Amino acid sequence: MDKKEEKDRNIFERAEEFLQVFKKGAEFTQELLKTNEQLRYRILQLEEESRTARNTQMLPDKQYAELAKQIDALKEEREEINKRIKEIENENKDFAIRYVEVEEENNNLANLYIASYQLHSTLDFKEVLQIILEIIINLIGAEEFGIFLLDEKTHELKIMASEGIDESQVPSINMGVGTIGRVAKNGEPFFLEDMSETTKIDWLNPMVAIPLKIKEHVIGVIVIYKLLQQKKNFTPLDHELFTLLAGHAATAIFSSKLYSESERKLSTIQGFIDLLTK
Amino acid sequence: MDEYKVLIVEDSPTMRQLIAFSLKRLKNIKIVEASDGVDGLKKLSQDAFNLIITDINMPVMDGLKLVSLIRKDAVYKTVPIFIITTEGGQEDRERAMALGANAYITKPISGPQVLEMVKNYLNIK
Repeated sequence: MDKKEEKDRNIFERAEEFLQVFKKGAEFTQELLKTNEQLRYRILQLEEESRTARNTQMLPDKQYAELAKQIDALKEEREEINKRIKEIENENKDFAIRYVEVEEENNNLANLYIASYQLHSTLDFKEVLQIILEIIINLIGAEEFGIFLLDEKTHELKIMASEGIDESQVPSINMGVGTIGRVAKNGEPFFLEDMSETTKIDWLNPMVAIPLKIKEHVIGVIVIYKLLQQKKNFTPLDHELFTLLAGHAATAIFSSKLYSESERKLSTIQGFIDLLTK
Repeated sequence: MDEYKVLIVEDSPTMRQLIAFSLKRLKNIKIVEASDGVDGLKKLSQDAFNLIITDINMPVMDGLKLVSLIRKDAVYKTVPIFIITTEGGQEDRERAMALGANAYITKPISGPQVLEMVKNYLNIK
């Protein structure tokens, strides 16, 4: 009996131990399951973080690429605009230069228009010569100068009007003699290159000599010995203006001379007619 | 808009026309011409002018005498006077400025230059 009791008690104790082990195993399993669950959750969290991190990293890349593209486009646009601005600036400079040139041309045309208007406003020979003198002072800027006309009978150039010089000292000039004679002979204007050099008046060799021509026929020469103090030299425009003015002056002189002669002849004829009819 | 009256005193008709031609590019400008100093004084007594342009060498009364007489008149004490002349010497310039001229322009003149000076003195944009 004792043995049986002892055996039972051993069995009972072992069952108790087994139960305890089983309980501990169940607890351990529970703990493992719990840890497993936590780890799963953590994995999910990490996966989520990783995905978010990947997404957030990709967006700036995409945006960056787009922004870089935009920046490149803007840079190109800026370069294009800068190029266009430079072109416009150059165009503006050209326009400004052209404007000054047009203003000068306009001024010269106005001068020419007024001078020719004045020259052809009268048929009085002396008045025409006076107008030419005025034009040479005011438009050309001469101080000492004269108008030589060709005497058809003697073929000499004689001074007919002047400013700033003593006409009695000026000799008559033969065709081909000195600068004035040469200009009258070949019909080509003469301009001294450096006008500031001249100091003493040489009656035959002035600083400027312009032929007064009607077509190819020279009727005289405009001669400049000295420019005004403030006028240092002739510009290319002065050359052009003076040559054009000389053309107008020639026709004005020629027509007024013809008119004066015809007036004189008319009054002579009228005198004869009056004498005969009385 | 205001009308500006300019008196040009010059014995040379060519020069008068040249100056007038340049100034006529301005709007609302009336130009009166006189052939010498006495004629200039006569025109000044008949109208009120905003600017006077005069030559120096003229018959009857020269430009310098005209300037001194104009400056004695209370009405024209401050009116700008431009002198346009062939005399390019410094003494001539100083004499004219001392008499009361505002600007001294030597011949041959440049139309655009005169126009610009007139615009400045009359404050025309």
